[in-house]
Amino acid sequence: MKFVHDLKADVTADIVYMMCPMHLLKLDEMIKGLEKGQVLEILTDYDGALEDIPQWCEKTGNEFIGMDEDEDYYKFYVKKTGNGQ
Amino acid sequence: MRKCYFDHVATNPLHPDVLNAMMPYFKEEFGNPLSVYDLGINARDAIENARASVASLINAKPSTIIFTSSGAEANNFALRGIALAKQNQGKHVIVSKVEHHSILNSARFLEKSGFAVTYLPVDKYGLVDPDVVKDSITKETILISVAHASSEIGSIEPIKEIAAIAKEKNIILHTDAVATTGNIPVDVKELGVDLLSMTAHQFYGPKGAGALYVREGLRIVPLIYGGIQEGGRRAGTENVPAIVGMGKAAELAKNEMGRRMEHCKKLRDRIIESVLKIPNVYLTGHPEKRLPHHASFVVEFIEGEAMLLMLSMKGIYAASGSACSSKALKSSPVLLSLGIPSALAQGSIVFSLGMDNTDEDVDYFINEFPQIINKLREMSPFAKGWGKAGEGEKCYTG
Repeated sequence: MKFVHDLKADVTADIVYMMCPMHLLKLDEMIKGLEKGQVLEILTDYDGALEDIPQWCEKTGNEFIGMDEDEDYYKFYVKKTGNGQ
Repeated sequence: MRKCYFDHVATNPLHPDVLNAMMPYFKEEFGNPLSVYDLGINARDAIENARASVASLINAKPSTIIFTSSGAEANNFALRGIALAKQNQGKHVIVSKVEHHSILNSARFLEKSGFAVTYLPVDKYGLVDPDVVKDSITKETILISVAHASSEIGSIEPIKEIAAIAKEKNIILHTDAVATTGNIPVDVKELGVDLLSMTAHQFYGPKGAGALYVREGLRIVPLIYGGIQEGGRRAGTENVPAIVGMGKAAELAKNEMGRRMEHCKKLRDRIIESVLKIPNVYLTGHPEKRLPHHASFVVEFIEGEAMLLMLSMKGIYAASGSACSSKALKSSPVLLSLGIPSALAQGSIVFSLGMDNTDEDVDYFINEFPQIINKLREMSPFAKGWGKAGEGEKCYTG
């Protein structure tokens, strides 16, 4: 897993405590609203996101920049590079 | 025999327009809102329309409304969900002593789970003093919960003032607005609350539908785990007909609120005026800062349950405190918090009005109620030496 620190995102989706698979649904919804090259930050406490978000990026052709950890949740950074999704 | 339903804080009859709006979702529109085909989409659209109506009733964004099964669930969700989400910042919660059981019992659960809880005292009208709230705050305080109004005594709490204190100290504020939403204007922005509970059947909607308003950006731990209903914050296949009914009831409440309040207040004032003419009967709750459809009293020397029974024999339906306490035949903790002695608190009686009530209902009540009090006092061992009810020395000066 690639770790990044103090990364500035264009948009943040705070889905801490929201149930699985909200991390994927929100990712899908938010990335659609971004311009190519913009970065989305997703905050979640769901451990499954550690595998799911990089896999989703690979599948949809978006760039998984990396992740960071806060006290009780993760921060994932995704750059929109794919077409459509 | 005339039937007078004076127990609208227990529940309300369904508005006919609400029932009509719900019917298709019991029949042909039975789809699961998560299904991808048209039946599911129709159900999902119906829920989102209802969410918009409920949000509009309290001046909130639709995305801040989470549907629940009841006001009690919304209260449990608020207390436990915020306490768990914020426990790393502190483990102290403040609630008032005049809260509904769904708040008090949730607070007790938190105490057993390692949280400290302060139970705020109230004045003789059941009102929380914002200065006492301020003094109760510690470095550990994460959540304050004070009801917007009590369904037992009708007093409307100074939520706006409490919100200003909570905001200054960066503490989350929840209000149980089950008794007020749909009955008096409720505006989450004006009140300044972070969370607010409500239930449909308090404003002519169906039972089985409630909601919790959660301010945008506020994290809350779910109470019910499962699927992604309600944005992943409350699992379980939605009760679509009830949610649709809640939406319609909210729309009607918003449009008709002024007329409803005026109608009920007029009847309520007649009840208060007539009942207070009976000796040794006291109004509970604040005389002015109270719900427009709510009149509550304590009657000396007799029991609330006996009054209820005799009233019901005359076709008049009322309550003797909260629906829960009434069943348990115990003195209401709310009334005891007001400083009312236990024996007097047993004589609690609550009349709550609605749109189905008329001036003729109140005429009938005004004629029957004093006779019932007289009959019961004649039988009461506590009224011994009083002769006819109303004659003798007044012994309660609270």
